[in-house]
Amino acid sequence: MSAFSAIGEETEEDQNEFTPGLEPQPTWCPGCGDFGVLKALKGAAAELGLSPEEMMVTTGIGCSGKLNSYFNSYGFHTIHGRSLPIARAAKLANPGLTVVAAGGDGDGYGIGGNHFMHTARENHDITYIVFNNEIFGLTKGQTSPTSPMGHKSKTQPHGSAKTPLRPLSMSLNAGASYVARTAAVNPNQAKDIIVEAIQHDGFSHVDFLTQCPTWNKDARQYVPYIDINDSDDYEFDKTNRSEASEMMFETENALHEGTVLTGRYYVDEDRPSYQQEKKRIGEMPEEPLAERYFDDSYEWERSFDNFLDKHK
Amino acid sequence: MTDHELIWRIAGGSGDGIASTSQNFAKALMRAGLHVFTHRHYPSRIRGGHTYTEVRVSADPVKSRGDGYNFLLALGDSFARNPSEGAYYGNEEIKPLSENLDELVEGGVIVYDSGLLDASEIEDFDERVEENDWHVYDIDLRTIAREHGREVMRNTAGVAVTCAIADIEPDVIKSLMSDAMPDKILEPNLTVFDDAYEMVQEEFDVEAPDIQAPTGEHDEEQVLLSGSDAIAYGAIDEGCRFIAGYPMTPWTEVFTIMTQNLPELGGISEQVEDEIAAAALAIGASHAGAKAMSGSSGGGFSLMSEPLGLAEITETPLVLVEAMRAGPSTGMPTKPEQSDLEHVLYTSQGDSHRVVFAPGNAAEAYYQTRKAFKLAYEYQIPSIVLYDQKLGGELSNVPASVFDEEPNADLGSVLTEAELEEAPHDDAGKYQRFQHDTENGVSPRSLPGQKGGRYLATGNEHMPAGHISESPENRVAQMNRRMQKVDSIRAELNDDNEFNTVYGDEDAEIGLITFGSQQGTVEEAADVLNENGHSVKVFGVSEMMPFPKQQVSEFLDSVEEALVVEMTASAQFRGLIQKELGGYGDKMSSLLKYNGNPFEPADIVEGFETALLEGEELPDNRTKFVPKVGE
Ligand SMILES: Cc1ncc(C[n+]2csc(CCOP(=O)(O)OP(=O)(O)O)c2C)c(N)n1
Ligand code: SF4
Repeated sequence: MSAFSAIGEETEEDQNEFTPGLEPQPTWCPGCGDFGVLKALKGAAAELGLSPEEMMVTTGIGCSGKLNSYFNSYGFHTIHGRSLPIARAAKLANPGLTVVAAGGDGDGYGIGGNHFMHTARENHDITYIVFNNEIFGLTKGQTSPTSPMGHKSKTQPHGSAKTPLRPLSMSLNAGASYVARTAAVNPNQAKDIIVEAIQHDGFSHVDFLTQCPTWNKDARQYVPYIDINDSDDYEFDKTNRSEASEMMFETENALHEGTVLTGRYYVDEDRPSYQQEKKRIGEMPEEPLAERYFDDSYEWERSFDNFLDKHK
Repeated sequence: MTDHELIWRIAGGSGDGIASTSQNFAKALMRAGLHVFTHRHYPSRIRGGHTYTEVRVSADPVKSRGDGYNFLLALGDSFARNPSEGAYYGNEEIKPLSENLDELVEGGVIVYDSGLLDASEIEDFDERVEENDWHVYDIDLRTIAREHGREVMRNTAGVAVTCAIADIEPDVIKSLMSDAMPDKILEPNLTVFDDAYEMVQEEFDVEAPDIQAPTGEHDEEQVLLSGSDAIAYGAIDEGCRFIAGYPMTPWTEVFTIMTQNLPELGGISEQVEDEIAAAALAIGASHAGAKAMSGSSGGGFSLMSEPLGLAEITETPLVLVEAMRAGPSTGMPTKPEQSDLEHVLYTSQGDSHRVVFAPGNAAEAYYQTRKAFKLAYEYQIPSIVLYDQKLGGELSNVPASVFDEEPNADLGSVLTEAELEEAPHDDAGKYQRFQHDTENGVSPRSLPGQKGGRYLATGNEHMPAGHISESPENRVAQMNRRMQKVDSIRAELNDDNEFNTVYGDEDAEIGLITFGSQQGTVEEAADVLNENGHSVKVFGVSEMMPFPKQQVSEFLDSVEEALVVEMTASAQFRGLIQKELGGYGDKMSSLLKYNGNPFEPADIVEGFETALLEGEELPDNRTKFVPKVGE
């Protein structure tokens, strides 16, 4: 259909559009981990042969939220914490789009925590990248949900009394069917994981460790992490929920002290995505809803012919 | 109440089938050629608790529940009878009878289920009956139902008794029962009906019925539906195929009707985690190229304040419905009020703008929901249908032809890929989505997935291609363009102004002004006032933003003084008029009601005659009079 011809097209030319240089230059601080996410996403989009016009990237508010200002696709820079509900609906209305949502740890695990839990639970076919720098960046260095216990900031002058949130365990338990962690300092792994996450049919959660040299100098985000999937020391079955869960538990404990691991923790190829489940129960149109508005031959039904009898 | 009216009240416990019985009764009488109007009263409670529905039946068109009522059918409260709950609800057993006597008019009829209710429990029952000349029929409906069908069929027995006493042709009801019930339960119900009907004829002297139902005829086919039905059908006919919501009374009704119908129309409904998500989903779907809506009631709408601003600055079409109930906070969940007016007009960040309609009846609700979609999609602006628990829940007959309108699937100002090829792009190949400074301020949009249409939608102030900018020049240009849309909408609404209606004699001296669901009631009150020798006319305003300044000021100029009638405690609507027109404070008094019940015509007549004309205090605190500025 002519309205969305970009979807599914693959051309050399398109891939070039993801290379840096055309968009406004990022305003992130020198050394910021956010550059790593942008680079990984560009690399992944090019590798997948996606046309920039069939991609939609939604973001929240924060330094991280500016991702789609620098990424040359359709974008929706939403409000703090709300990138997921907007992404979900866009994908439901037009399943032909490749939808990626992104935002910070404050954005996604704090103010948007409710949406995070429910999007994972429903297993929407979208990819969610959380820039986890363990700090609020844009509002100048306040303690975030992933900051370690005892973290001192202007809003937690006596050190945080809260244990950090465990994003991997959270999304696993909520129902995400793809859960991985990667880091800006591991660019190759990061790109590969985003490729997989986008290809995965279901909710893919990528906790992306990014460094914030401006506000969070103590964090261990510069460490070159070990890739669990490449190391014989960490053998586990990533399709096995309880083994994955155990590995996550260890990593999430170790993030602030011990060896930090990254990689794919959980991959469930069997669980149908939300879109498929909705189709199964008859609540999801076969054809993309959005295309119908451009289909001149489509017969629009109206209440007069359909519903009024029961009121007569 | 005219001679030719039956106002029938069926009372019982929540969960006793009061709503469905009254709905069928109303529909049967509508089919018989009468005009009907229902009024629901229910507590925020699922089972037990006293509830009633009134069905007003007339040969002439009716616009409100009327004043008082003349026929009570008091059923037992099934929940109150549950022995294990006795300790808790025992004291409520007699309520279906005792709670309803105050508004029963002189000469009215009482039918009560003597199988469940004992009138002697009401101390002064006999005296009141005598004083008011009520006609009492104590009938053991429970036993009739038990003997010939099942106990739950007490309602059917009660309706049969009503027919026998009010002289309603039994076939009218029985044919509706045949349409509405599956065979298995139809048979026993018909038996119960016939037995109860005959029993009344045999055992009571109804040769000269005390209350006789009117007879009538319609010029054209009618349908019985609620404001919620009308809003949902308006949305569907306008091509809305995506809804997201979170339940909250009374908005839940629209949400439910849409959800039940959308899948078979190839649409999508999403019950989501909260109202922020609901509004955000509607924005996401609309952005991606669907016609979408969401909605809520007071508290839930508060949560939508932030997404509302996002829709405005990103110029994403967004349609919301807001069903008002009494606040603040959780307030009174099942009681109507109009006090979310200012909340809906002004909530959200910055200088924000939107379209707000407040339909005055079911037919307007249908048209204005469609109009809300048209404007939202054409002008890429949030638009809101503001109504209340009263309009949402009450049933009335509307000509079926009101709904006989062509569907409209036009997405408004969206470009095709061919048009996008011609449209301006920036150096990075991005579409200049927010640049077209056309006459009406609208920049046509592209949809994600369209070739050549890439852009960034952002809640920050942005340049034409969507990139964030704090440039002062760009800010002013973008802000002006967005505001220009509002002026264009005002001009469009001015040209097509059928819903801001003036009712009554053009030359009348005093004006009544109201908005939304109170329109019909105020019009009926005006009829009574004119019969009483006063000279009044009514303006029912249905457009709240942009406000129809010209029409309202013309109306105010044409009268000596005006009484503004609204269901708020702080005269919000009067304040809106003063703000929009920059004056008239010395011409308008207010009559307010905020006790959880909508106005009845008699409230307005009393407020007008006692407070406005005589300058006397109103007798109780049911309504409140607020004089003109400076008085
Ligand atoms: C409703 C709301 N509350 C607060 C803010 C202010 N705010 C902007 S960004 C931000 C936190 C950003 O932290 P994070 O999500 O971790 O992203 P980062 O900047 O570190 O990438 C806050 C609190 C806002 N924009 N909206
Ligand atoms: S404040 Fe931190 S997160 Fe934000 S751009 Fe600077 S380094 Fe990056």
